[in-house]
Amino acid sequence: MRVLFKTSYAQELGLFRDNVQRNWYVVLFAALLVLPRLLPAYTSDISLVFIYGLCGLSLMVLAGYTGLVSLGHAAFLGIGAYAHVYFIHDLGLPWLVSMALACAITAAVGVLVGLPALRMTGVYLTIATLAFALIIQEVFARWDSVTGGLKGKPVDKPAVFGVSFASDLAFYLLCLAFLIGGLWLTANLLRSPTGRAWVAIRDSEIAAQSMGVNLAVYKTIAFAYSAALMGLAGGLFAHRIGFLAPDIFSVLLSIQLLLMVVVGGLGSLHGAMYGAVFVAILPVLISQARDSVPAFVAAALGPLGKGVADAAFTLVDRFVKQPGLEPGLFGLILVLFILFEPLGIYGRWAKIKLYFALFPLYKRATFRRQKAYMRSERLR
Amino acid sequence: MQLVLNGLAVGCIYGLVALGFVLIYKATELVNFAQGDLLMLGAFTCYMLVVWYGVAYWAAFALAIAAVALFGAALDATILRSVIGQPQFAVVMLTIGLGAIFRSFASMTWGSEIYTLPTPFSAKVTRLGGVTVSHEYVSIIVGTVVLCAVLYAFFGYTKVGVAMQAASQNQLAAYYMGIPVKRMFSLIWAISAGVAAVAGVLLAPVSLIDINLGFIGLKAFAAAVLGGFGSIPGALVGGLTIGLIELFAGAYLPHGVKDVAAYVVLLLVLALRPQGIFGAVARKKV
Repeated sequence: MRVLFKTSYAQELGLFRDNVQRNWYVVLFAALLVLPRLLPAYTSDISLVFIYGLCGLSLMVLAGYTGLVSLGHAAFLGIGAYAHVYFIHDLGLPWLVSMALACAITAAVGVLVGLPALRMTGVYLTIATLAFALIIQEVFARWDSVTGGLKGKPVDKPAVFGVSFASDLAFYLLCLAFLIGGLWLTANLLRSPTGRAWVAIRDSEIAAQSMGVNLAVYKTIAFAYSAALMGLAGGLFAHRIGFLAPDIFSVLLSIQLLLMVVVGGLGSLHGAMYGAVFVAILPVLISQARDSVPAFVAAALGPLGKGVADAAFTLVDRFVKQPGLEPGLFGLILVLFILFEPLGIYGRWAKIKLYFALFPLYKRATFRRQKAYMRSERLR
Repeated sequence: MQLVLNGLAVGCIYGLVALGFVLIYKATELVNFAQGDLLMLGAFTCYMLVVWYGVAYWAAFALAIAAVALFGAALDATILRSVIGQPQFAVVMLTIGLGAIFRSFASMTWGSEIYTLPTPFSAKVTRLGGVTVSHEYVSIIVGTVVLCAVLYAFFGYTKVGVAMQAASQNQLAAYYMGIPVKRMFSLIWAISAGVAAVAGVLLAPVSLIDINLGFIGLKAFAAAVLGGFGSIPGALVGGLTIGLIELFAGAYLPHGVKDVAAYVVLLLVLALRPQGIFGAVARKKV
């Protein structure tokens, strides 16, 4: 196991742990630049992963670092998307200005929703954001002059400073740039006093307050920052899907966004990225499984005779073609992760790494959950 | 007057679902986001028994409640017990995931069609003065009142009920007094799921049964919060209030307001009086 000795303040202040880590990130960046050349057919899909990454980042700040769970983030995504599209199409503002305004508006709405909700703890905020999301969805459907109502609203390809980003590759690079920008900003914010205050609030509100952290201020900042990131993601998302309709920004999308941070691993930026990749890949995997699993089962049961194999094929085929299967699978994955790997993919990765670092001495108990009783949140 | 009656009936359903939230919250401090989906399961089970297997309505009613209650207890014993002590976030996500699984299960078992449940009260009305009283609405109101009386008597006067109150007030102390806390919690889940099933079966003739019936749970949140999360009479009063507000909003305010009225009230309550009508102000002591 390699232990890092810090010998200067520069090491403490650096964004990366050491040069090895930095070099790996450089390699990753180079790989992402080359990726569209290797998988040209998937360029547009991967840019969606980057947009999900921004969403994950936004929720990670809120849920993973500040401990505030929002079930209404699809609404912020929607506000960002609609605001951005309204500004560039109907008002004809330049792209960057429109994007900045969309972020500002989303952040402002975030503060408005957050302010009353932040006075209370835990589950109330979740319920309040859920209610907010349902109201906003209704607003999207009914405010025809801005949102196009139920008919929806088409979105053009982005053009920044007159440079068109219409091609898949250009849009890919645009999303990548925004994601890296977002990651850099968030990583820096998290090691600033603001980020430390967020983590303190997450771990214990009372302890944080006793140490002089102003709960309302820092929670509001977290909410506004998270909403602004979501607005940014919304603007890109609008260009990616090319057509806005109110039912895109449903509660299910909010749940999917939360699934992202839980599956990825709460409390780490890596986790947000893993979650984004996971959520983007899962529907593809499911649709592939729909085609291949019945044949696979039939082949596996082949030795039992043709009748059995055929019956199994029809049965499994009927099962996997059910339209309700997908949300159920999402739910199942969520439940399994919370029960068996609360730290998500990131936690699993950390455990595997530690296993090899400590090789014969790894103990399961290192990651065992300490608390097996209920700590009362109740006041009396 | 017509509006008031219909509002009260709808409000009773919200109240019952909210009651389910509150029971579980008071006992285990978990918020069950799958409560609405339990309601849906109850309605579907009853429908299946009545229409597919030809069971008599009342027998099907009892069987559906028993089935869902048993299911609730099993859910607690197998899954939810293992997340006790984890952050609230985990529980919220867990119940949301369970809700999604239930919906998916329902759509696979019963399909995504819309059903109506035939009952002894269907399409019967009584005229009282100028008011048309449909028997379905009366059945909801009567059912709620009876259920509340039964629950009240159960918690107030039976040994198990008192033990449950003790377990929800102070887990550790109850445990020291020899109360089997785990079993109590399972029982509370059973009661809460059973209440949801009652609400589902009562609601079925009025609203149609489909897999999205569970979303009524979201409106019941508004009821529970309005009554102050953790207060049983509050949940019922909150439910009635939300039901009335919704019906009047539908009658007098522009189209579309009715659907979001409950959520607007919820946000207003959270902004102005977060502890609800019946909640008490308190600060956690360290």
